Amino acid sequence: MDSEPPLLEARGIAKRFGAVVANEVMHFSVHRGEVLGLLGENGAGKSTLAKILYGYYTPDAGEIFVDGKPVAIASPRDARALGIGMVFQNFTLIPALSVLDNVALFQKNLPAIVPRDAILDRMHHYAKRFHLAVDPWMPARQLAVGDQQKVEILKQLLAGARVLILDEPTKVLAPQESEGLFKTLGELRSEGLGIILITHKLREVLACADRICVMRQGRMAGVVGWREASEDNLLALMFGDKPIQPALPPLDAKRHDRGHSALQLIDVSTSGGNGATPLHDISIKLRSGETVGIAGVSGNGQRELGDLVLGLLRPQRGAKLLWDEDASRWSVAQVREAGVAAVPDDPLAHACIPGLTVRENLALGSGGRYHDGLGLDWQRLDADMNKSFARLGFPRPNFDARAGNLSGGNLQRVVLARELAHHPKLIVALYPTRGLDARSTVMVREQLRDMRDRGAAVLLISEDLDELFEISDRLIVLFRGVIAAEFLPENFRAETVGPFMVGAAEHANAA
Amino acid sequence: MQHDAVTLWACASARAKAFALVAAVALGVFATLLVAAGKDPLKAYIDTLTYVFGNAYGFSELLVRMIPLMFTAVAAALPARIGLINVGAEGQLYMGAWLATAGALTFSDQPAFVLLPLLTVLGFVGGGVWALIAGVLRAMRLVNETISTLLLNYIAPLIVSYFIFGPWRSPETASYPQSPPFVDAARLPTFFHSRVHLGLLYALAAVALYGFVLTRTRFGLEMRAIGGNPEAARRLGIPIVRYVLIVMFAAGGVAGLAGMAEVAAIQGRLVSELSPGYGFIGFLVSWLAGTSPVGIVTMSFLFALISSVGDILQITQGLPYAVVNILMAVILFVVLGRQNSGSAAR
Amino acid sequence: MNIGLMVGVISSSILSGTSLLYATLGEVVGERAGIVNLGLEGIMLIGAASGFAATALTGSPYLGIAAAALAGAAANLIFAYVVVSRHANQLAAGLSLMFFGIGMSALIGRPFVGSLIAALPQLRVPGVAEDGLGARLLSYDVLVYLALPVAIATWWLIYRTRWGLGLRTVGESPAAAYAAGLRPQLLQYQALSFAGALGGIAGAHLSLALTHTWAEGMTAGRGFIAIALVIFAKWDPLWAVVGALLFGAAEGLQLQLQAAGADVSPFVMNMTPYLLTLAVLVVWGWSRQSAAPAALGRNFVGVE
Repeated sequence: MDSEPPLLEARGIAKRFGAVVANEVMHFSVHRGEVLGLLGENGAGKSTLAKILYGYYTPDAGEIFVDGKPVAIASPRDARALGIGMVFQNFTLIPALSVLDNVALFQKNLPAIVPRDAILDRMHHYAKRFHLAVDPWMPARQLAVGDQQKVEILKQLLAGARVLILDEPTKVLAPQESEGLFKTLGELRSEGLGIILITHKLREVLACADRICVMRQGRMAGVVGWREASEDNLLALMFGDKPIQPALPPLDAKRHDRGHSALQLIDVSTSGGNGATPLHDISIKLRSGETVGIAGVSGNGQRELGDLVLGLLRPQRGAKLLWDEDASRWSVAQVREAGVAAVPDDPLAHACIPGLTVRENLALGSGGRYHDGLGLDWQRLDADMNKSFARLGFPRPNFDARAGNLSGGNLQRVVLARELAHHPKLIVALYPTRGLDARSTVMVREQLRDMRDRGAAVLLISEDLDELFEISDRLIVLFRGVIAAEFLPENFRAETVGPFMVGAAEHANAA
Repeated sequence: MQHDAVTLWACASARAKAFALVAAVALGVFATLLVAAGKDPLKAYIDTLTYVFGNAYGFSELLVRMIPLMFTAVAAALPARIGLINVGAEGQLYMGAWLATAGALTFSDQPAFVLLPLLTVLGFVGGGVWALIAGVLRAMRLVNETISTLLLNYIAPLIVSYFIFGPWRSPETASYPQSPPFVDAARLPTFFHSRVHLGLLYALAAVALYGFVLTRTRFGLEMRAIGGNPEAARRLGIPIVRYVLIVMFAAGGVAGLAGMAEVAAIQGRLVSELSPGYGFIGFLVSWLAGTSPVGIVTMSFLFALISSVGDILQITQGLPYAVVNILMAVILFVVLGRQNSGSAAR
Repeated sequence: MNIGLMVGVISSSILSGTSLLYATLGEVVGERAGIVNLGLEGIMLIGAASGFAATALTGSPYLGIAAAALAGAAANLIFAYVVVSRHANQLAAGLSLMFFGIGMSALIGRPFVGSLIAALPQLRVPGVAEDGLGARLLSYDVLVYLALPVAIATWWLIYRTRWGLGLRTVGESPAAAYAAGLRPQLLQYQALSFAGALGGIAGAHLSLALTHTWAEGMTAGRGFIAIALVIFAKWDPLWAVVGALLFGAAEGLQLQLQAAGADVSPFVMNMTPYLLTLAVLVVWGWSRQSAAPAALGRNFVGVE
């Protein structure tokens, strides 16, 4: 294994997206018959590197070698021709077509009359060898997620992959399905394939990787062999010894004790369905004048939690109380009427109607306040909104402008002005600064802090640990729809919180 | 929506120019076909214009033709604003006619000031309920309204035929089944010795109301929000299901009024061939007019004008009326085929 | 219910259903490519008129069938251009095609109203008595005999060939098709040409075999019944055969019952195809399953 050239090797890869350094990787390689773990937290650059290897992105600099020979990979088709296959987080199966059809479609040089028997034979062979048995006649959409993934792997194998890249493959799998996947990977490895396993979960790489590459902020933080690898040294590489964020002077450490209960979730569970993550036995108490931050890698139930509070999702079990009243069955309008405001992650998609004017958008979120017979009291609306913009310190946009023409930051300002205009008592902020420029980001955080200081209750759901540390009075970590841990400001450190976000074995309950 | 008169005019004249081009192409293509069939297109076009614009009765017939088109166009345009597709105006028209006929036959001894409002209400309700079926199916997320309104289109005329051939069969005209004629009190009044009837005012009111509600009321604002971004509308607490049901009922009701007008004004009785595709033409009118009430009136006028060409072709050139559908279709194809269809909404 | 009546119903159903089946098969192929054609009624009318005209002019009903197929395909290509290359709204384009067909067929057919033509001959199955029940049951024109093989061939084309796999992929997701190296637009044009030809043949069967005449609007809504049938048959050509027989039976049964003096309203019978399709759709909606091609014309069947 050491005398042969690596199956796939990359040197000096650099990739920037605008000002952001996505990748700066000096050396990366995978050998025959090895499972290489590619570990790192969100935004570390793992997916980017993989997409470069698969031809999705072209690197700004660097070279790639297959079997020791330099190659040019301009597109996924080139990559596949070289024997590199990738299984994405979002499957590319055509839901209504059968497994066989999906596999056939993927093959190059398919004859005019589809050679079903030949394909079936090969599928059967691979299925037996690598534990990839799937019913070839079943439509893809009826397959369990784990089986869909098997089809994705089969597609690549039948197309001749010798290097298989899997991007967060267990993100969507149940525990038993994950075990099946690792069995498959083990067999593939003994067949001589090179597997690159991208993940943010420590237990996985510790269990099955031969070597572990840890990435941090676009760079290779270190490579550890399986013998030397442990949770501690991996965590150290992942999160590093970043200078502890100088948290704002702990204002009133007793803040979480005072104020009336604004929101109470009592053992709330929701069902999944349509790809939503189910929540299990969530209990949270949020008081006026406090900010509770919800941390976690996206996809672990955060959006569902926000929707639940806002009334878009009903609890299947448990109760939701708003100011001590049972609000479990309230409509969205009722929840908003009671003084709950929502600051969304994508204002254009979730909080604004692009084709309407700014003024009209401001009116829509105000419930019955401006009803005037059949129409609306535009004058009073204008007056109130002007005041809101002024109070927030925002420049007043042109109210007659089409909302869809505003930039992301300006639109988020409009949403804030609208939501905060009537002094809401509870604010649910879902990834509120995602995609915003630096100035707007600071502005949003200031407003959330300000509202909390004036006595509102704030539920901040975010992926950005810095943001959460800066603003929260308390921090809750969500993992797989369950509350994994709770922290007070004295423990706001990435190394402390991070492991729970990735389900570190030591502390998590068999999640 | 701009209310500035200058911009409105600029917008309108740009559209008019674009449309003139479309019309020219279509008229040209149609003319070629007519020549190939051995007819004289130029004469037909000139005859139409003389008839329609040089002759009071001709002009009044144009207005008569416009009335059902305006109704059915609103029936398609209103749901379109909340993102629903209603191709069922044809069926809703028939059901409005049916229920109005039921009223006219049952209460034939009542005076006009009782019957006319009654028929109006019945026409509205008949069409409204028919559309509501599709609305309920959509609100319950069972069946897409495009397909359900389309299917209901073909059930309605069969219901009408059943009654004409059965319980409501007029004994007088045994060979050609139809209902007994309506009493005078059940007939919509007409104006100026022409066939232009009260329905014209209803239709114009419907178009005006449609425009008013959508641009000036808070209900219209919420509807436009649903049509613009249903997800955001949901998150803002707008009661989407309620709007789906109300809008479909209202839209069907307007189409039902077209049916009521056909039986109470034009035909004077219920017949099996009430509509030469008014429902579908209305859908196309609405599509061409975009969201604008003025557009609905102008497009209805245009399509009524086209149907006058059909009449002329039949009377003076011996071609079946149906041939004029080619002209209508060619206009539509040209509009559809333009990359950025100028006056068409989506 | 005697044997004679039953035989009468079956043979009427087969006769009525044939035209429906051809139209449905064509629409299935088109919708599998993601395109719903509300103008099918117009295509059938063009086929009926062209077929009749060609037969009257040449004396050969077989040439009539060919002319109908060509005319139908040509008319559908106009629709295809507008929808595939110009990305126009499919519903508006389909309705326009319907009106085009109504008008065009009137124009083409006008000189031939009332003409006598050499109708499509009924072919006798050898060895069956000339006047017996067997003869009634088993003597149809060539289009009837070809209907089932064409349905099977269509099924095979859709499910067993590479072209069919590409067709189904385009109908589910044009983006995915493109990513898989297919050419969605070309596939859609091919599908619509095929659909147009079959629609034309469907119309021709009406004028050349069923009534031996041409009259304006003679399809009487069959095009829309076919569209409903496509849904009822879950976009599967073999189920379309069953559906065409069933829906054709509505007409066949009605004729026979009237002849036998039974008192079932023909209008109620004619409603059954539409009511059945609605019922099927409600059941699907309830069980949250849709067999529709995912990318079918602007959410024609979905509710999300």
